[in-house]
Amino acid sequence: MTEVTQTRRAPRTGGPGPGPTRRGRGPGKRGAGRQLHGGKLTYAVLVLFTIGSLFPLVWTAIAASRTNTRLAQTPPPFWFGGNLFKNLEIAWTDANMGTALLNTLVVAGTITIGTVLFSTLAGFAFAKLRFRFRGLLLLLVIGTMLVPPQLSVVPLFMMIAEFGWTDQLQSVILPTLVSAFGVFFMRQYLIEALPTELIEAARVDGASSLRLIWHVVFPAARPAMAVLSMLTFVMAWNDFFWPIIALTQGGEPTVQVALAGLGRGQIPDQSVIMAGALLGTLPLLLAFVLFGKQIVGGIMQGAVKG
Amino acid sequence: MDLPSDSRTAVAPAPAVATARDERRRARRSRRYRWDVRFSPYALIAPFFLFFVAFGLFPLLYTGWASLHRVELGAPTDMEWVGLRNFSRLLDDDFFWNALRNTFTIGLISTVPQLLMALGLAHLLNYRLRGSMFFRVAILTPYATSVAAATLVFVLMFSRTDHGLINWGLGLVGIDAVDWQNGDWTAQLAVSAIVIWRWTGYNALIYLAAMQAIPHDLYESAALDGASRWQQFLHVTVPSLRPTILFTCVVSTIGATQLFGEPLLFSQGASPTGGSDHQFQTLGLYLYEQGWFNQHLGRASAIAWTMFLILVLIGLLNWAVGRWIRKSA
Repeated sequence: MTEVTQTRRAPRTGGPGPGPTRRGRGPGKRGAGRQLHGGKLTYAVLVLFTIGSLFPLVWTAIAASRTNTRLAQTPPPFWFGGNLFKNLEIAWTDANMGTALLNTLVVAGTITIGTVLFSTLAGFAFAKLRFRFRGLLLLLVIGTMLVPPQLSVVPLFMMIAEFGWTDQLQSVILPTLVSAFGVFFMRQYLIEALPTELIEAARVDGASSLRLIWHVVFPAARPAMAVLSMLTFVMAWNDFFWPIIALTQGGEPTVQVALAGLGRGQIPDQSVIMAGALLGTLPLLLAFVLFGKQIVGGIMQGAVKG
Repeated sequence: MDLPSDSRTAVAPAPAVATARDERRRARRSRRYRWDVRFSPYALIAPFFLFFVAFGLFPLLYTGWASLHRVELGAPTDMEWVGLRNFSRLLDDDFFWNALRNTFTIGLISTVPQLLMALGLAHLLNYRLRGSMFFRVAILTPYATSVAAATLVFVLMFSRTDHGLINWGLGLVGIDAVDWQNGDWTAQLAVSAIVIWRWTGYNALIYLAAMQAIPHDLYESAALDGASRWQQFLHVTVPSLRPTILFTCVVSTIGATQLFGEPLLFSQGASPTGGSDHQFQTLGLYLYEQGWFNQHLGRASAIAWTMFLILVLIGLLNWAVGRWIRKSA
């Protein structure tokens, strides 16, 4: 890394946006205690990785805007054609993507609300309240975080078959409605973010638990709740293994189940398959454009705490 | 939260003349308050544990019970006790060993390059950069893509004939078209490529978060000792990141053991065989095939438990390696 001249970085303070500390580099600033500047090579490699990350997505759109015949020609297309809306329409109606998107919105939305609400309540209890078996129960929660989902699909399938829930959305929602990770995440956050004195003060004032949660816990937990919402939504939207087992007949597919149907060759046209993939990805991509910074922050924050 | 139960009444200013009614009301309120403090923790964790036990813990344990039975997909309630036969038949099945081997190799060729690249990427992102947030969001974007969407795109890019994007690119540098889907290790490589594409950025951000927590003076003293930038990375950054690296190794290993969507959709017609010759059938896919295509739910449960045991073994191995590294450091 010879392109770098500084030896010291600033202690981490916010993002490296324009600020008073952002000056030109040079040997004179060695002792300033600032973060190192990236050199040309750094940028080159990062641009390369950016292209690698984004290209398959862009190419999905390109392929979706072409015809099947064009995709079978050499060289492959590298720019958009005029067939996008036709392909999207076929995917929307014939491949059930319209229904699938709506279903996924319902599923992911419900799961997100449930997970965030229940995780905050339980996370608060584990972080700040004392009760019998607290340690044991927490250990149980953390322990099951590491267990693969494969370990419970067979009995879950037997359960939903028993209840007559096959091909109904609640069979996907209910088993995913709470998350052990969510509880752990909220607990870690609330241990620091919620001063115990604040709770005690509220208690001394005679606040009931409900008031305490509404006026003290929820406001303190809000940033973490936002992060957990985003992570949960992405996870629920993209969940594949369980929905494809639970929604076997595909009458009420989620986006992922509908996409798997496309892969099975129900629509053999590659450009339409790409249009379907685009439809299934677009909502989350949009969320990334809008909240990318927060999602990145959330993952990094979860990493340090987790 | 261990307030003395009567703290409220103690703090409240006592009225000069307390009537009997006031007294009763206060007693009632303090009783309600005591109950609230005592039982609200359980009320708070109840909704979570209700779902957790019903849809998480119970199925988890019941899988073990089901694995000792013959259970068919058509009649999941008719269970016939067979003892350990599901397990012994599993060990006799060549496809099980094949799936185990594939899971291991695909896991290895997807996890190792992924984590190494993520480490390098995090190091670069740790510099002061223009547009650093843009780079972070950009490399995380594949994380927003679902397994299904990503795999379908990669299937198209890895088309077997020379009009496929990747074969076309290889043709430019004079390499013959590769039959990605039907090749043995080429198919495994392609499946790994999907995994690497989706998760490298995510792991890079996790490393970046840990790098930013490394205290500064470590670098300063290393620089004073005359350590080069590469030496600093090797002797300061990597050792400080050890717990995080171990963490990502564990998480990636768990992820690799569960690999399912990529090999399912990468094979022609999304069949659960993992290619014409089972060349990229993973354990997850094998479980799906046994349970939902061959209709043996009992055997599928046995596979699930075997996967779990393998994970526990890997976990123990990880722990032992971690301890060994700590000791030797």
